[in-house]
Amino acid sequence: MSELLSLDFMRQALVAAVLVGLAAPLVGAFLVQRRMSLIGDGIGHVALAGVAVGILTGSMPVVTALLAAVAAAVAVEVIRATGRTSGDIALAVMFYGGIALGVVLISRSSATTPANLTAYLFGAILTTSRSDIVVFAGLATVVVTVTLVLRQRFFAVASDEEYATAVGLPVRGYNVALSVLTAVTVVVSMRVVGLLLITALMIIPNASAQLVSRSFRSSLAWASLIGLASSVSGVVLSFYAETPSGGTIVLIAIGVFLALSLASALARRVRRASHARAERHDHEHGPRCGHLAIAHDGHVDYLHDGHRHAAHDDHWDDHGDAGRDDHRHGDDRQLGDDHRHGDDEARGRHTVDDERTEEATR
Amino acid sequence: MSMSSAHDTAHAAPPLVELRSASFGYGDRVVVDRVSLEQRAGEVVALLGPNGSGKSTLVKGLLGLSEHLGGEVLLFGTPIERFRDKPRIGYVPQRHSLSQTVRATVREVVATGRLALRPWWRPAAAVDATTVERALEAVGLADRAGEDVAALSGGQQRRVLIARALAAGPDLLIMDEPTAGVDAANQRVLADVLAGLVDTGTSMLVVTHELDAFRDVVTRIVCMDRGHVDFDGDPAAYATGHRSHERGSGHHHSPDDTREAGLAAVVSDPLPTREENR
Repeated sequence: MSELLSLDFMRQALVAAVLVGLAAPLVGAFLVQRRMSLIGDGIGHVALAGVAVGILTGSMPVVTALLAAVAAAVAVEVIRATGRTSGDIALAVMFYGGIALGVVLISRSSATTPANLTAYLFGAILTTSRSDIVVFAGLATVVVTVTLVLRQRFFAVASDEEYATAVGLPVRGYNVALSVLTAVTVVVSMRVVGLLLITALMIIPNASAQLVSRSFRSSLAWASLIGLASSVSGVVLSFYAETPSGGTIVLIAIGVFLALSLASALARRVRRASHARAERHDHEHGPRCGHLAIAHDGHVDYLHDGHRHAAHDDHWDDHGDAGRDDHRHGDDRQLGDDHRHGDDEARGRHTVDDERTEEATR
Repeated sequence: MSMSSAHDTAHAAPPLVELRSASFGYGDRVVVDRVSLEQRAGEVVALLGPNGSGKSTLVKGLLGLSEHLGGEVLLFGTPIERFRDKPRIGYVPQRHSLSQTVRATVREVVATGRLALRPWWRPAAAVDATTVERALEAVGLADRAGEDVAALSGGQQRRVLIARALAAGPDLLIMDEPTAGVDAANQRVLADVLAGLVDTGTSMLVVTHELDAFRDVVTRIVCMDRGHVDFDGDPAAYATGHRSHERGSGHHHSPDDTREAGLAAVVSDPLPTREENR
């Protein structure tokens, strides 16, 4: 490792890997939420046209790629906002027009070789210049900061656009902002993972994070952590194994996802086998349900006909007889629920009313 | 401009909502046609009517989600075009409309109700957190605050959306079909929650098919049919006078209506059960 860090270009590569590993999954989380996972790929296609223009005109390809990508990102939101079915076709024309133009322009340039094109498409961090790294670092810092500051608003808009509009949030503005952040992330990542692979680093760490987290907040943290780990270890591995950095990083991210999927499937099976469900329940326990509430191991049990009932997802778990102190989690199923009406009357409700409502909804 | 000159001067505050032959729709299509209506503070209005009668379009018009195509619309005395204080109107959408593509806890969803009240750069403060907890308590979900929203039942998710609206401390709560698709147990809880809100003085405008769940809290009933209001009065007047207007009388039947018979009618039409219980 010290040998690695003594190399100037490896130090630069690792800095870039850290930034990209953090930024890509953060932005990607909201794309996953909006079911627009593949939009980064399309923007990457257009960015290639920008790269080609930069190479041909002798200006910095990073800058021209950024301009092309941001323009594409704004166009995506404008097309999406019109809500036309032809919008899908318009996106296809734009994305494939971009990559086709990029390939043709790059082939006309005397300054480049096919290897150069591959470097942009699949990532070649080790050939990235110092000035590029400085630009990338600046942009990545902006992306991470803006995403973190706006994360609750992006979350609100993506989870319920209609509600966000109704309460007066500038929905269009946040959507354009997210799209532009996606474009910047694509360009920042193009030398590390490449334009064709960047979407993988935006999406796959989020897929993994969904498996291990319960809240949106923690899934963002997990996705960044997994993205960072995949990206840094991918760069290190590609140095020793002499493989392209982009492909290596993405394969590691996929490996993490498969391992976590397997582990969470096993964990679910174990959990399912080890807990008992209460009888089918037409009644919901809560602070006002009238059943005695007992704090138990970080959750609340409700004393229902001598059994402790605890909320678990959409059903009730039976945490054992109230008389006993060992809360058996074994096969403690019980059948029938003959006390219900008396119980309801005791809580001052009209049994007749209840039955009518049930009938009406049946 | 002055409201008090045109309206009864006994009320110092302007109505929450005032429509003067207002039309709403989408694009060129007028769905709500020249409706006049007003709702004052403290009123709990049930907006009834068959599918396609324009009740959802009307409330969406108040929220800026459908287009205002004519007439005057005043919210808290301000013309809707100049109304900027949108969080004063809490909105509970029709279906559970939350994206389920990512994990999110009940508390995280409810907390989004506070966002419109502060500038984008300001993080949540202590008052935001306590208001969110109070909203969760008001809908009886305080003990499930840390759970994944997707794990809750349909009725519970509806209450999450109510809590989200309450978190902004609205002066008027607009609910679009809050009981649709909610099972009996949850309808009872929902009715309790709404009764609790009425006790604290919340004004509500509830679009619904199922008056039963709201019978104890509704102070006024407005009926719509084909974009017009065809009844506006208190629940007693509705029960005696307007029932004949509804399905079954043959009054408003069109070939479309007859196709809706069967299960859909049993589920969505409150009238047969109401008659049984009188």
